[in-house]
Amino acid sequence: MINVIWALMAVIGIVYAMFNGTMEEVNQALFDGSSEAVTLVISLSSVLIFWLGMMRVAERAGILEAFAKLARPIVRRLFPEIPAGHPAMGYILANFSANLFGLGNAATPMGIKAMEEMKKISQSDRASNAMITFLVINTSSITLIPTTVIAIRLQYGSQAPTEIVASTILATTITTVSAIFIDRLLRRSRSH
Amino acid sequence: MVEAMTVISIWIVPVTVMFILLVAIIRKVPAYEVFVEGGKEGLKMSVSLLPFLLGMLVAIAILRSSGALDAFIQLLEPILVKVGIPAEIAPLAILRPISGTAALSVTSEIIQVYGPDSFLGRLASTMQGSTDTTFYILTVYFGAVGIKKMGNALKIGLIADFIGIIVSVIIVTWLFM
Repeated sequence: MINVIWALMAVIGIVYAMFNGTMEEVNQALFDGSSEAVTLVISLSSVLIFWLGMMRVAERAGILEAFAKLARPIVRRLFPEIPAGHPAMGYILANFSANLFGLGNAATPMGIKAMEEMKKISQSDRASNAMITFLVINTSSITLIPTTVIAIRLQYGSQAPTEIVASTILATTITTVSAIFIDRLLRRSRSH
Repeated sequence: MVEAMTVISIWIVPVTVMFILLVAIIRKVPAYEVFVEGGKEGLKMSVSLLPFLLGMLVAIAILRSSGALDAFIQLLEPILVKVGIPAEIAPLAILRPISGTAALSVTSEIIQVYGPDSFLGRLASTMQGSTDTTFYILTVYFGAVGIKKMGNALKIGLIADFIGIIVSVIIVTWLFM
């Protein structure tokens, strides 16, 4: 599906530009989009290098193992495919906690590590059930404090910049729970 | 409560780093060597990630710069308004899963124009905080570990985004009106 969506995004854009007279902008966008990606990867690489370095130290010191044990009660129900005490559990818990505290850029390396461990379990280039559940929880964004939004509100002179915290937590909880529910529903219909 | 959370979110990274390193020293782990080894893996990962991200960002850039994305938003707007989403918020709702930076700039614009403490300002804030860029997360997480068949991850992600938008409207209306 992603192959078709990706190709169509570009094709539709170029065809639209033919009629809209925006081909020059599209031409420019090809190069701007590329260099934006390089900039993004460079800033992402600093985070990846730091946190994967740190996580390797944590792993060797046995902290990750303790984390995986701690995660068992939650992870066992959400990800029944992951064997007890598997390192994937530790990374999943690390990713969830980083997301909760709004540390988006620390959450990404741990999320990738969790994916890597789940791939070791499934041994396939097809997304496993556990991977899809993990991804869906991540995209529905479990954040306790939306720091970026609070900063923007502050910047534009809000009387109560943090008043949206309650509504955000409520919205994000309902979304995450329904995402897990839909995932389970589709999984059941798939296996029958 | 919120102040406490803000303090925690500032303290948590340095304290985590300190904790990991202290345990490493106690357990006699060669911390620096192991750190560098793990860091190398991070470098490798970001290099292999580049083509995935570049491809996705270029496609989005073409769609935006041609004006097709704006046309798409105008096309979808009446449908979203019918479901109860204000017309001013519709562009944010459509952009949020596709592009994080575009969504953030729309959010700041709404907050600037209508004021942060208006209904629209609060709604944009809640939506921005409670959803995430589905396409980006899919690209990065699956790209980094070489997953080619994504199953119905995108479908579920987009449905969840839609639910998040509707739920935000209901909650902000209920809490602040």
